[in-house]
Formats: sequence, structure tokens, C-alpha cells
Amino acid sequence: MSSLEIIILLPLVAALAVALGAPARLTSLVTASVNLVWVTWLAFRFASQAQGAEMLYTSKRVILDNPAIAFAVGADGVSMIMALLTVVVTFAAIWQIVDKPPMYFVASLLISGGALGAFLCTDLFFLYAFHEVALIPTFLMIAVHGRADKVKRIAVAWKTTVYLGAGSLVLLAGLAWVVLEFSSGNQLTFDLNALRAQALATPLSAAKQAPMFFLLLIGFGTLVSLFPLHSWAAPAYATAPTPVAMLHAGVLKKFGLYGLLRIALPLLPEGAQAPWVQQALLVMLLGNILVMGLVTIHQKRLDDLLANSSVMHMGYIFLGLAAGTEIALKGAVLLMFGHGISIALLFAICGRMRNQLGELEMAKLGGIGSHAPFLTVVFAFGAFASIGLPGLANFAGEVMVFMGAFANGTSASTFIPANGLTALHWTVICALWGVVISAVYMLRGYRDIFQGTPQTGLFMSDPARSQWLPLVLLAAVLLLVGCFPSFLLEMMQSPLAVVPAVAVP
Amino acid sequence: MLDSPELSTKAAPLMNVLLFLPLAVALVILLGRKVLTTSVCVALSVGSSVICLGCAILNLGVVGTEWFRLLPFLVLNEGELLDIGIDVLHDKQSAGMMFIVCLIGFLVQLFSLKYMEKDEARPRYFGSLSLFMFSMTGIVLANNLIMMFVFWELVGLSSFLLIGHWFQKASAAEASKKAFLTNRIGDFGFMIGILLLFGANHGDVSFSGLRESLVQGPLHELSISQPWLITAAVLCLFMGAVGKSAQVPLHVWLPDAMEGPTPVSALIHAATMVAAGVYMMVRIAFLVGASETAAMWIAGVGGVTALMAALMATQQGDIKRILAYSTLSQLGYMVMAVGLVGMTGESLSGGGHPAMFHLYTHAFFKAMLFLGAGAVIYACHHEQDIWKMGGLAKHMPLTTATFAIGTAALMGVPGLSGFFSKEAILGVAYEQCGWLFALGACTALLTAFYMTRLFVVAFLGKARSDSAKHAMEVNLLMLIPLALLAILSVVSGYHMVAGRLQAMAVHGHGEGHYTVMAISIAVVVIGVGLAWVLYRGKDKDPVSIKVFANKFYIDEIYAGLIKVFQDGLAWVVTGVERIVVDGLVARLPVALAAKLGEKARALQGGHLQSYTFLLGAGVLLAIYVIVFVLPGQGH
Repeated sequence: MSSLEIIILLPLVAALAVALGAPARLTSLVTASVNLVWVTWLAFRFASQAQGAEMLYTSKRVILDNPAIAFAVGADGVSMIMALLTVVVTFAAIWQIVDKPPMYFVASLLISGGALGAFLCTDLFFLYAFHEVALIPTFLMIAVHGRADKVKRIAVAWKTTVYLGAGSLVLLAGLAWVVLEFSSGNQLTFDLNALRAQALATPLSAAKQAPMFFLLLIGFGTLVSLFPLHSWAAPAYATAPTPVAMLHAGVLKKFGLYGLLRIALPLLPEGAQAPWVQQALLVMLLGNILVMGLVTIHQKRLDDLLANSSVMHMGYIFLGLAAGTEIALKGAVLLMFGHGISIALLFAICGRMRNQLGELEMAKLGGIGSHAPFLTVVFAFGAFASIGLPGLANFAGEVMVFMGAFANGTSASTFIPANGLTALHWTVICALWGVVISAVYMLRGYRDIFQGTPQTGLFMSDPARSQWLPLVLLAAVLLLVGCFPSFLLEMMQSPLAVVPAVAVP
Repeated sequence: MLDSPELSTKAAPLMNVLLFLPLAVALVILLGRKVLTTSVCVALSVGSSVICLGCAILNLGVVGTEWFRLLPFLVLNEGELLDIGIDVLHDKQSAGMMFIVCLIGFLVQLFSLKYMEKDEARPRYFGSLSLFMFSMTGIVLANNLIMMFVFWELVGLSSFLLIGHWFQKASAAEASKKAFLTNRIGDFGFMIGILLLFGANHGDVSFSGLRESLVQGPLHELSISQPWLITAAVLCLFMGAVGKSAQVPLHVWLPDAMEGPTPVSALIHAATMVAAGVYMMVRIAFLVGASETAAMWIAGVGGVTALMAALMATQQGDIKRILAYSTLSQLGYMVMAVGLVGMTGESLSGGGHPAMFHLYTHAFFKAMLFLGAGAVIYACHHEQDIWKMGGLAKHMPLTTATFAIGTAALMGVPGLSGFFSKEAILGVAYEQCGWLFALGACTALLTAFYMTRLFVVAFLGKARSDSAKHAMEVNLLMLIPLALLAILSVVSGYHMVAGRLQAMAVHGHGEGHYTVMAISIAVVVIGVGLAWVLYRGKDKDPVSIKVFANKFYIDEIYAGLIKVFQDGLAWVVTGVERIVVDGLVARLPVALAAKLGEKARALQGGHLQSYTFLLGAGVLLAIYVIVFVLPGQGH
């Protein structure tokens, strides 16, 4: 078996073992550690090995000949970065599960394995199927172990299931359309590389690409909580058990963006640039940034605040996709990574506070910084990363998205002063105001919870030293990637954008 | 894009030390403060500031301009597509500013040893100071706008940490948040400005690249065909400076920032960080010079800030707040100078800039005044109200003497540093713009007035409280920084020192020279005399002007605006999002489906597991259809 196959299957096998009665914490931790070390090692080797080659670590097991379906795996820079994100968050999420039934471990491992499969498979069939594998434990965990009373958590799980189910079906329709259009001759193929080669050889007309791209955008967009298809996300994250919130908001949600980057943009580059698609996307992502930003300001509880902020920050990644230049797309990938780590860190701390305090309403909290300095520092890492402080991972991605929107490349991004600013540029300016908005809610939250005088009856202490590890790991990754983004950037050597650059007059 | 010059320069190791030593120290202290003892943390921080000061002194006297890369930051395709690095610009301006930052940083740390002696969180304090030194060094050395923005935000962070040092206190926590958020609003504009230049100059935002491009290149063509773009970019960048240097209308955070420990106010909120806005504007002086409209706006904002802040200062009672408003007012002068020089259209940065000259002299005497205020507050057991002081000259003669020198330098008494630098600015104003000159002269009068008021009330007369009665002269560790800064406040205006820092342009005045000098001396005399007559021997403020005392009610207006346009809007938007958006997208379709599917109710068992199962089965069915049925349809 090839490395990537084992990496994908290991968590799934471990989940099965735990379900069958293997020691839950030990099995899960060993699995997560092996995957963490292995993927990190592959990532380190990636930049030096990738010279010229688009895909590394490939292998293929044919399942069916016609339609051609194969359990094919392989990694380019983007999938490697997403796999790295998955194993880091998985390790942290599993480590912080203490005194919980084995189902917590089973669910976390299933989500992790499903996400790895979705990111590392180069066959559309398996890519889609693995994502579904990861979704189902998410729903069940919200319903069974969610944080609200039974009626509410079942309602939330219901809504999430139906919403994401509907989104997945739209996505399925879009993927089916793609397969039908780009399969050559009588041979239907789900092989992403073959589809891509076909798209390069005989591109579809722009008029046909646009509706296809839009369908994929809606399908994938629902999974990423693209406004106005977002209303499942905030209640789901606020209700989900901590490891599920960390893994879903941090990792699994990125699948939609990954799909757009890996499938929609390369196959349908002109569809993405069609004016009506472009305008619709800009309006929707502004909805994410401005509308959800204001909604986040209005939140009164920490878990609601984090959940809504996570929805809001998706807007910046979509902005990178809308800009579509090389700089912006690579920035979007960096931001996907940074956001995944920072939101996982914040949800981990939030879950710990809920366990110990049982109260997350910010007006009732205060002064936690006095008794829990370690938690305060790591929360500050997560909060400042998520509002884009330089030196932490998210800033590098954000600023590249912004610069990419002003770089020579697509017709919308190229800045021709005589024509004034395009809609894309104005969107960037509005999105920049969103940076102010996120600072407002995050600092308000930080001030209300950690600063000021401690409230009587609500005592929060630092966790035991053994529980520092997951938080330190996530904070350290934020700092390292923030200071040395080149490590991730060098993995993405092959260009992501296939749109021909527009010449500057 | 950019040729990477070789690291032949011998300054490179110095620069590495200057930038990364404080960072290393900050990380060691802030992350390891549980393991290390307090004295080790303090020693590390102070020690690193001594080393940095040494490096900064060695670095003085640079000739020419060069840049080199310390670290790559955002680089794509080996720099062809995107090339942003941590690059050092090594020239007179950065060397001079580096010296100021390191010197005052060192003196403030020395002062803090005693001042913060009883604080339990000293490691955090000294660690944050080192973090600040790192960030400020980054701003000073930056060779491109992105790098400047990076460190710009990081000084914002260290300022946040230091203002909120006593974070248990509600007012300190609020002030730190307010400072960070107000700066964020400025940075909103700053980033737009960077992006406009990034787009217009095809991805090169280094200062050298922009300057070359303005002489001959894309920006040069734009300045002829699309001058609005240069104006817009400069004004957007200026918005960043408005935030950082606390100009009207974003000035509200600086007086509140006085909640931080007093040595921090001296270093960050008087001498260095708040001057970063001015420093940045001088860095892009060539762009300001290319747009007369932008230059006029900048000069206007600076002039209005100078006057408004001086008016507010006349009615404050808190010694630190008076100094804070005075800082605002002096920063207004510097910003005005940036605009005025820009209006001349010539680039002065070759031979120094009056704004930088005033920045340097102001850094000395204002740091001195703040540390002096710190000494007074320390001696009076944390009493900050000047009306509860009085008669301190008898108890603390040395502090009083240094404070008097700082006051005189700030007022612009002839012979002291402030006189020369202020006169340099008024000289340009006199030549360029009559009403700005009038504004500047009024501000100078008010400055003399409120500083005399402060000095007379706090140091002369008789003690008006027990704590003032029992005040004692402070420790030598606090007096040494005061004395050194007092000496520098005297001499830094003369060519011997100013020339060493290479701040001052050889600025040939016309016949206006003597007029300007006469007016600036006259206003000082009037201001001092007026305050002397009004406040000599008074026990409470004989003048009461509500609108000045309440800072023109600007804080109240902003609080109202935030309530309506931020929190109110958030409330409305949340309602719309929850009811309309969720209703149309989610609830309505579900309700319709439920209505239509009433007959199929039998299927609904009410268990989530079965729904999930059904969903999975449905998905599998769909896949089956696509995989096995569709191919048979003759595709």
C-alpha cells in the first residue's frame, strides 16, 4: 500500500477498532500521532521532491473500468497542505478528549479519515464519498452528545443534516454534469486528472461553463456556509461537542473550498470569470463578511461568537477564489490553513471553559486572565490570528488575497487606473472594513472574558500540564506559519490558476 | 522585480541584532516567565536594550542609501510573481530614528526598574517592552510598505498589551481595546493605500521601487494621466498615520492610553510609537510631494489637530492627560510639516525634514516630561491630579529642575531644542500657507499657556494634599534618565547634535526668517505671562470652559455613533439574517415540503438516525444512477 492510502485508512480502521472495544484513548492517540508525524514528514519532503511533477505519492487501484472509477490517491501542494491541517487538528482534537465515551473518539477518527480521503483522493467518486463518510458522524455527534437540551440539539442536528444533505445533492448534480461533459467518447471517467486533461484539450464554451460553475459553487458553497446558504453553520458549531466543532469548522468545512479550487476552477476557468457568476459570488461573499460580521458583533455568548466568526471568515477565502489570480489563490489556501488552526484552537478553549464554568455568556464572565494566564495567552493567539495580526498564520493568507485582487491576472483583478476600480476592488475595500469588524468582536470578547475583575462563583483555572500540549501545538503552528509562510508557499510550486493573465496596457 | 544587492554591507549583523535580539528576549520572557525568575527576566530585557543602544550608536553616521534582505516573507516563483521580504532600508533617516528609539527605550527601562519595583507582573511588563522594541525597530528599518504594515500592527499589539498591563482595572482594559480598535480603523485606510500602490506599481511596494517609479515608470505616467490615484493612495496611507499618530478624528485613543504605566506613556505614547505615523509619512514624502491636494489635506489635518489638542490641554487636571494632549498637539505640528513640505513639491528627504527634526527634539523633551510626571506621581503615591499637588519644587528640586527644562523646551523658549525645531516648521508654514502659520502660532501660544499652568500649579505654591506634602525626591535610578534627557532637550537643537542625527535640512529662510522668530518668541511670552497671572497661587482652576474640559464632546459623539451605527445596525442585521434570510432559504422550503409531503408522513419516524440513514441511502442511490444507469443512455 502506498503512504497516502495508509494515511487515509488508518483512522478509519482505528475507528472500527475502538468501536469494537479497543482502548479508545490509546488507539486514537497512537493513530493521530502516526498520521501527524507521517504527513509532516511527507510535507517536508514535498517541496524538494515536487520539482516539476504536479502530483506526488500517487497510486491507483482500479475498481471499475467503465465508468472508470479507481481508488486513486495523490497529492499536489494544496492537498498536502490540507492533509497537514487535518492531522494537526485531529491530533489536538483527540488529545483534548478526556473522560468521554468511546463514541467521541470514533467520531473524531471517522471525520479525520473522511477528510483525509476527501483531500487526498484524485477520483471524484471517492473524493465525494469520503466527504459523506465524514459528515455522518458530525450529525450524529451533534444529535447525541450536543451541548443543548435534547429537543434543541436534535433540531440543530436535523437542520444541519437536511441543509448539508441538500447541498451535497446539488453538488452531486454538479459533479455528475462535470463527469458527463468532460468524459471523452463512450468512456465515463471519474479520474480528476483525466478530466482536467480533457478540459485543457477541449475546453467548453464560456456560456456552458458558467452555469456549471455556478451549480458547483452553490453545492460546495453550502458546505462552506457561503451566504445566504450559511444558517446551518453557527448553531451547528455552537451545539457540537468540542472535538467535532474543532474538526468540522477547522478541517471538514474546507472541503467545499478545496473542491472549488481542485475541481471547479481548473475545469471551468472561464465559468468562474463569467460576469454574472463573478458578481453573484462577490455579493454572496460580502454577505459573509459584512452581514455575518455584524451578526457576530451582536452575539452575547462566546460559542455563538466563535461560530458566527467562522462563517464570516469564509468570505475572505471566497474573495481569494473570486480574484482568481495566482497570488490570491495561494493566499486563499494559506488562509484556509490558518483559519482551520485558529478556529480549532478557539473552539478547544471554548469547550474547556464550558466544561469548567458552565457559563459562556460574556457579560457574566470576566477576569479569567488573573487565574488562568496560560489559557489567556493561547486564546489571545487564536483571537489575534483570526483577526489577522501579522506574525500569525491568517495574516499571510489574508494579505495575499488582498494583493492578489490587485495583481495583474484576471480581467477583474488587473488594476487599470483609467478605468477606475472594478467591482472586485470595491469588494476588497468592503472586505477590509470586515477586518475592523472582526477586531471589534474579538477584542470585545477578549476584554469581557479575560480582562477586568474575576466574577464570584465563576472560577476558571489553567488546565493540567498534560492538557497544554494540544493548545501549544496549535498556537505554535499559527506562529510558525505566520512568520515563515514560505514553508507552505513552496509546496505550491505548480500554478493554481489556469486563467490566462490579461496583458496590461 | 528587484535586484537583491549583496550583503556586502557591514551593517547587516548590526541590523540583525537590532531587530531579532529584542524579539528573542521578548519570546523568552513572555513564554518562559513561569520558569525564569523575575530578576532574570528584567536583566535580559534591560541588557538587550543596552546592546541595542550600542548597535544604534555604531550605526549612526550612515552615508547614502542601501537596502538588504534579512528574511523572505511572501515570495512566489522565486520573486517573479510576488516578492515581499523583511528588508532593511539603511539610510540616514532609519539610523537617526533607530538611535532615538534605542536611547529612549533604554532610559525608560532604566526608569522602570524603580518605578515598577513593586509590580508583581514585572516579567510581563519587561517582556512586552522588548516586544515593543522589536516591533518599533521593524517599522524604522522597513524597506517596503507591507513590512511596515506588519510591524505597524505589531506595535499596535505591544501597545495593547502595555496599556492593558493592569488589565484587572476596567478603565485600563477599555483603554487598551479602544487604542487597538481606533488604530485598526486607520489601518483600514493604510491597507487600501498599499493595495492601490501595489496595483499601480505592478506589485512593487518597496520605497526605493516606488521612488524610482515616480521618477520614471508607471507611477510617473500615472501622476500625469491619473493624478487622482496618487492623491487617493497618499490620503489612504495617511489614514494609517492618522490612527497611529492620533490625529483628528482618530485622536481619541491616546489620552485614554494614559491608563498604562507612566514609563510606557513616555516611550510609546509620546516619543516613539505615536511618531511612527510621522516617520512613515516622511518615508513617502516623495509621494506626498507629487500630490498637492493630498499635501494640503495632510497639512490641514495636522494644523487642526495641533490647535484642538492644545485647547483641550488647557482645561485638563490630570498631569498625564495634559501631557497626552500636548503630545497630540505636537504630533499635529509634525504632520502639518509633512503636508507643508509636500506642498512645496520638492523632496527634502535628502537633507533632512523639519518634521523629523521636531520628532527628534520632541522625543527627548516629551519623554523627559513623562518620566518627570512619573517621578512626581511616584513621589505623590499615585496622585495624578495637579490640583492635589503644589509646592513640589521644595521637596523634589532635581525633578523640578529637569521638568522645568523640558517645559521650556516644549514651549519653545529660545536657545532650547524645541525652539529650533518648532521654528523650522513655522518657517515653512510662513512661506507656504498663511492660515496654517496662524494656527501654528496660536498653538504655540496655547502650549506656553498650558505648560506654564501645569508647572505653576503642580510645582509652585503650597502643597494642597497630604501626599504632596510628604513627597520626597526620587531615587537616583530615576533621576539619571531624567538628567540625561534634560541635557539632550537642551542641546539637540544645535547643529552639533542635530547634524549628527542628520535631521535638519539646511533650510534657507528668506526675509521671513526674522518675522517668524519674532512671532514665535512673542507668543511664548504672552502665553507664559497669561498663565502666570491667572494661576499663580490659585487653589482651584479659576477658568472653566466646559467644551475644552470635555474634549469637544468627541468621545460622547463617537459613543453615540457606535451605539447607532454599529451595535444598532448589528441588531437590525441579525434580525434580518435570522428571520428573512434563514426564512427564505431554509424555513420556507422546509415548510412547503412539509405541506406537500403531508401524505408521506408515514415515512417520518422522527429518529435522526433513520433520517441520516435515509440520506446516505439516497446519496448512494443517486451515485448508482449516475454510475450505472446514465452510461447506458448512450453517452
